[in-house]
Amino acid sequence: MKPLQRVQEQFSADIIETHAFRGDETAIIRPSSLLAIAKFLKETPELDFNFLMDLTAVDYLFYAGGRIQKEFRFEVVYHFFSLKHNHRIRLKVPVDEKSPEVDTLCNLWASANWYEREVWDMYGIKFKGHPDLRRILMYEEFVGHALRKDYPVNKRQPLIGPQN
Amino acid sequence: MTQTRSMLLNVGPSHPAMHGVIRMIMELDGEKIKGVDIEMGYLHRAFEKMCETVMYTQCFPYTDRLNYVSPLINNVGFALTVEKLLGIDIPERAKYIRVIMSEISRVTDHLTCVGASAMELGAMSVFLYMIKAREFLWELVEEITGARLTISYVRIGGVKADLTKGFADKAFGKIADVRKVLIEADELLSRNRIFIDRMKNIGKISAEDAIAYGVTGPFLRATGVAYDVRKSNPYLIYDKLDFEVPVGSTGDNLDRYFVRMAEMEQSLRIIEQCFQQIPDGPIAGDLSGVVIPAAQMVDRAKMGQTEDLIEDEVNLDPTLQGSTRKYHDAINANKKDVVLPAKENTYGNIEGLMNHFKLVMYGHGIKPPIGEVYFPVEGANGELGFYIVSDGRDHPWRVRVHPPCFPIMAALPKCLIGDMMADLVPTFGSVNMIAGELDR
Repeated sequence: MKPLQRVQEQFSADIIETHAFRGDETAIIRPSSLLAIAKFLKETPELDFNFLMDLTAVDYLFYAGGRIQKEFRFEVVYHFFSLKHNHRIRLKVPVDEKSPEVDTLCNLWASANWYEREVWDMYGIKFKGHPDLRRILMYEEFVGHALRKDYPVNKRQPLIGPQN
Repeated sequence: MTQTRSMLLNVGPSHPAMHGVIRMIMELDGEKIKGVDIEMGYLHRAFEKMCETVMYTQCFPYTDRLNYVSPLINNVGFALTVEKLLGIDIPERAKYIRVIMSEISRVTDHLTCVGASAMELGAMSVFLYMIKAREFLWELVEEITGARLTISYVRIGGVKADLTKGFADKAFGKIADVRKVLIEADELLSRNRIFIDRMKNIGKISAEDAIAYGVTGPFLRATGVAYDVRKSNPYLIYDKLDFEVPVGSTGDNLDRYFVRMAEMEQSLRIIEQCFQQIPDGPIAGDLSGVVIPAAQMVDRAKMGQTEDLIEDEVNLDPTLQGSTRKYHDAINANKKDVVLPAKENTYGNIEGLMNHFKLVMYGHGIKPPIGEVYFPVEGANGELGFYIVSDGRDHPWRVRVHPPCFPIMAALPKCLIGDMMADLVPTFGSVNMIAGELDR
């Protein structure tokens, strides 16, 4: 049974949408169910997703030049991989612009720690329960979040040294 | 009453052993490392943001600068991702060329890593030998791509130019030279008392920890997990090739050294097999025309003297050699909306010129359907994945690169804590951190 199908059966109420564009199995899920689904992916023996391969976010502001309206501005994207079964799945969690926050996966996969710091740095999405949510690529004094679509690509900021 | 305090020691960002720019704040108890905080981002050049502002083909020069020790693998990874998004396949010969170039890059990358970490332990001659071997391979890369580092060789739907005449023989000669260097280095290092004392049981990580941190590549294989994207998801023609995935057992620095040395031999084997298997490709009959300079061809076409022009071959800049009509179809997918036409068509007739402009002009270009794909390839340091979101226009909506160094750097404190301060240098050397890829 394909992993997506298995997740669909178990969490039919929490899945907003699924697709398999070019064979990449994807489920868009409700933010409230993220921890439960992630735990299920990791701990079910026939799924056994032991790798959180990648974690990133996408900003859909003015998507396709404003022709396509998304209900929520951000999506946090998780790529899981199972070494044992050699299969992959992608989870997407829509995140509201007003209170961008999702649960952290640090307790399940250690790799989530730095990835979530990067998403916070670049998109300003907070991770509830993250042990050390600091910026990772930019410096602490940097204002704004660089990969948001409303951050101008040619904007310059003076590099301000540490406060001490 | 005595009181002990741990000492904070700052290493980097500009330190000779920091392989680029990265800062580590170490908490020391005597000489023992108690804690490490890694500060990165000094080489952040907004790769992902820049890719959103340019057309798909214009991303290639940016990908060169991700892992600047093996830029060809980045090119291949990005091209494969966009091809998956477009749903196109490329000719067999182009696949072989991509594999040959990727494997050459993998060897140069491992040579740099092993050579540099040996140098940091005092084995300067090994470093020089390995750089010499890398030079042999870069000469091969230079001959095909026209550049050594900023190569931008791969194209969506194919490659920029075909292999040159007699390239296979030259490559076999260079491979033999590289093998000699590898044997020399092996004799100098593998049973060297100083080297083994500094490497063995240092920087250890268990397989469970490595997997939890998402570590891939030689770093993971040294712990005994045989995960290689080339085996688990054989892209291009890796399923037709016979190669092994070397694994270690303890996950210490010495194992990583052995895994890298064994992998170089496997990569050289792959290159040799590719040259035996590579098809000549469907060359559409030899043309009867003469070879004329490009400028002359353009002038004649502009004045309407197009009679018999279709028979002629254009004389090109050496870096474009092999993208003439004779070779074009063998190394590029037959897709007019993705691949630039052969140079004779661009210079010599209006259909080709229009096709060319439709692909390079702002607002036109390659337009994949709306969707999102992730495609992993085996980079020199591990799984290099690109995640691209398309909104149906000529610019990518989002390009995310999953850099193999990133999880390894996240796991590095795990390796370092408990070791001595001087062990930082060989452990960090075995990570093969590439700042361009880590900070993007």
